[in-house]
Amino acid sequence: MELSGIQKIIEKNGTHRSALIPILLDIQDEYHFLSRDALACVAQTMDIALVDVYRAATFYKYFSLVPKGEHLIQVCLGTACHVRGAPGVLNEIQRKLHIKPRETTEDKLFTLETVNCLGACAMGPIIVMDEEYHGQMTVSKVDKLIESFKKHEGITKDEQDKKH
Amino acid sequence: MSRIKSIEELEKLRETIIEKQKARKLSIAICNGPGCLPLGSRKITQAFIDEVKKQKLTDKGVEVRATGCHGFCAQGPLVVIEPQGLFYQGIKVEDAPEIISETIVNGNIIDRLLYTDPDSGEKIPLEKDIPFYKSQQRLISGNNRLIDPNSIEDYIAIGGYKAVSKVLSEITTEQVIEEVKLSGLRGRGGAGFPTGLKWKLCHDNPGDTKYIICNADEGDPGAFMDRATLEGNPHIVIEGMIIGAYAIGAHEGYIYVRNEYPIALKRAIRAIEQAEKYGLLGEDILNSGFNLSLHIVRGAGAFVCGEESALMSSIEGKVGEPSQRPPFPVQKGLWRKPTVINNVETWANIPHIINRGGKWFASMGTEKSKGTKIFSLVGKVNNTGLVEVPMGITLRSIVFDIGGGIPKGKKFKGVQIGGPSGGCIPEKLVDLPVDYESLTSAGAIMGSGGLIVMDENTCMVDIAKYFTNFLSEESCGKCYTCRKGLQRMHEILTDITEGNGKEGNVELLEELANVVKDTTLCGLGQTSPNPVLTTLRYFKNEYESHIKEKKCPAGVCKELITYSVDPEKCTGCMVCLRNCPADAVTGAKKQIHHIDPEKCIKCGSCYELCKFDAIKIE
Repeated sequence: MELSGIQKIIEKNGTHRSALIPILLDIQDEYHFLSRDALACVAQTMDIALVDVYRAATFYKYFSLVPKGEHLIQVCLGTACHVRGAPGVLNEIQRKLHIKPRETTEDKLFTLETVNCLGACAMGPIIVMDEEYHGQMTVSKVDKLIESFKKHEGITKDEQDKKH
Repeated sequence: MSRIKSIEELEKLRETIIEKQKARKLSIAICNGPGCLPLGSRKITQAFIDEVKKQKLTDKGVEVRATGCHGFCAQGPLVVIEPQGLFYQGIKVEDAPEIISETIVNGNIIDRLLYTDPDSGEKIPLEKDIPFYKSQQRLISGNNRLIDPNSIEDYIAIGGYKAVSKVLSEITTEQVIEEVKLSGLRGRGGAGFPTGLKWKLCHDNPGDTKYIICNADEGDPGAFMDRATLEGNPHIVIEGMIIGAYAIGAHEGYIYVRNEYPIALKRAIRAIEQAEKYGLLGEDILNSGFNLSLHIVRGAGAFVCGEESALMSSIEGKVGEPSQRPPFPVQKGLWRKPTVINNVETWANIPHIINRGGKWFASMGTEKSKGTKIFSLVGKVNNTGLVEVPMGITLRSIVFDIGGGIPKGKKFKGVQIGGPSGGCIPEKLVDLPVDYESLTSAGAIMGSGGLIVMDENTCMVDIAKYFTNFLSEESCGKCYTCRKGLQRMHEILTDITEGNGKEGNVELLEELANVVKDTTLCGLGQTSPNPVLTTLRYFKNEYESHIKEKKCPAGVCKELITYSVDPEKCTGCMVCLRNCPADAVTGAKKQIHHIDPEKCIKCGSCYELCKFDAIKIE
C-alpha cells in the first residue's frame, strides 16, 4: 500500500479529530481494507494514539483489517429478509463457498458479508453482489447466481466438472 | 443558477420554473426507489429516455423523470404517467417502446400493465383508485413522484422553500417554536419526544454556538422510510433543518447518513450544493441576515450510532458510545454545545407545519399523536412497500386494507413493530390504534416505523433469537448487562430453538430481560429486551412447545423439523429433485419422490419450489 496515497487522503480531510472516521472511510473505499501501516500513518499524521485509531477501526462494521476478495457478496439479514428466509439463503452461500461471514474464499474470489438492513425490505430476501441488488432470493436462485459469477470469472471446466 | 437575494427573487424564480414546466405535456415518472431499483428501474428509465429521443418526442413536451419511492414496492417497477396519474406496474425494459407509442402518442391504455384488484379482478387504471393508496394520507411521501430528487427547481416548483421564506421574513423564532408545539409533532425516530418542546429547551439555553443534526442513521432492520425520504425528496429535509436552525439559533448543522445508503448520501450532498448555489444555505439567506451551513457525515456501520449521544460522539470522530444523560443534547450536545437532533421524517414534517399551520397538522391523528407516519410494510404481507397513514389508524387497516392481507392464504400471526427496540404484537390486538401510547402499552414502540408482518410460518422464538443476536452483535459494550445479558439471552434462545431447552429457561429469560432493562445506560439498551419480553408475553405457548415437546409449531427451527414428501400430493415433477443442493431427493419422473432425512440439510428449497404443496414440514 502506497503511504503517499494515505497522506493525500488525510490532506483532503484535514487533521481535526472529527476527520478520523471520514479518513478511515476513504482509505477503506480506496484500498478495500485498512492495513497496519495505514493505521499507523493515520495515527502519526493526525497525532492520535494508535490505540484510538485501532479502536475506531474495529468498532465500526464497515472497516476491515484484512483484504477482501474480488467479489463482495452481502446478504441482508434485516428482519423483513429474515422472516422471508434469508438465513436459508446465507446457509446455502456458506455451504457453496465453504466460508463463513467476514471470510474470503481461498482463491480470493469471494468475500461473504452480512448486513443488517439495506433498506430494500419490500424485495427481501436481498443479496448484493458487487453493488448489484438481487431481490426475492431463494436457495435455488443463489446456486445459479454463484455459478454464473464463477463462469464469468472463467473458472476452468475441470473445476466445474469436479464440482458436479 | 444564480444566488437568490430576496424573497421576491425566490417567488420570481418559482414563477419562471412553473412557466417553463408548462411545456411539459406528459410526464413519465419512473420509480427509482429502494424497492424498484433492485428490479432494474435504472435500466428502464434509460429505455424510456432513449425511446422518447428515438420517437422525437422531447420537443413535444414529453418528460421522463426518475423519481423517488412511490410506495407500492410489491408491484414494482412502477411507472406513473402524469398528469392523469395512470398507473403501470411490473414494467420491463421491453415495455418502454410500447408505452411510448401506445399511451404517450396514441393515448391508449395498455390493459396488461394495469393493476388488477385481487378481490374484484377488475383492472384499475389510476393510482388514486388503487386500494393500497386509497386509505393512505401521503403528506410527505406523496410528493416523491412529482419531482426529480436531483432537481432543486422541481422542488421549488411544488412550493419548496416557501416555508423558509415565511419564517425568515415574517416570524420570530419564538413563533416558529410555538407553531411546532401547536402542531403536536413528536419525534419520528423512536421515542416520540415532542419536537416543539425540544426546540424550546435548546432555544432557551444560553450560548452563541448551537448545532442542529438530522439523524439519517436508520439502523432498524426492516425500516426504509428515511432512506426513501432522503432519496426521494432531500430538499424537504434541508428546508426543515433551515427552519429548525433559525428557531434555535444554530448556524451549523449535520446530516448523519448511514453508510449502507449510498444513494441517499449522494442525493443529500447534491441537494446541499444546489441549495448553497441558490443562496438558500450559506451566508445571509434570502437577505435575512441568517446564516447556516450544512455538512454531511457518513456513518461507518454501527447500529448504536442511531442513538443520539452515540451519533454525536461519532461525528466528533470517536467510537459511537452513548453517554450519560443529563446533560441532554439540548443542553450539552455536539462538542458540548446545545444541539437539536431530529430524525429525517421529523424534519420533513416541518415545512408542512409552517406552510399550513400547526393547527391544521394537529387536526390529523389522535389526541396525543398528531400528523401522519410512514411505515415500511414488509414481511409476510401481499402489498409490501412504504405506506403513510394518519396516526391512530388500526393495525388491521394497515395490514389488511392497505397491505392486502397475507400471501398464499396463510394465517396472520402478528406484527413486529419498532425494530430491535420494539416488540411483537399478536393477532388478537389487530384493532389496536397505531399511536405512541397504544404501542407502548402493548409492550412495543413506534420506533422509526418498521412494520414486519408475520404469518403462521414465522416462529416467535426464532424472532426473539434473531433480535437478541442482532443486538448482542451491535451492543457497543459499554454497559456490562447489555453486552453480556444479550449474549446469555441469545444462548438460551439458541438452546431452545435447537431442542436443548430446559424447564426454567423462560423464567431465566424474563429475569435477564428485566435486569438489562433496568441497568443499561442508553435507550437502545433499555429497550433491547422488548422482543424477548413481548414474545414471552403473547406467545408463551410457542416457547413451551419448543422446550417441552421439542417441536417448532411454525416449522422454522431446523433442529426440530423434518421435511418429507406427501405421497398424495406429489406428482413426480422432478423440480425438487433437480434443485436439491444436497441430492437428498430420490425418485423418477411421474413417480412419488422421497427425501432422505440423513442427507437432507433442511435448506427448504424443495418446500419453496413445490407447486403442488407436496412438501410437508413436521
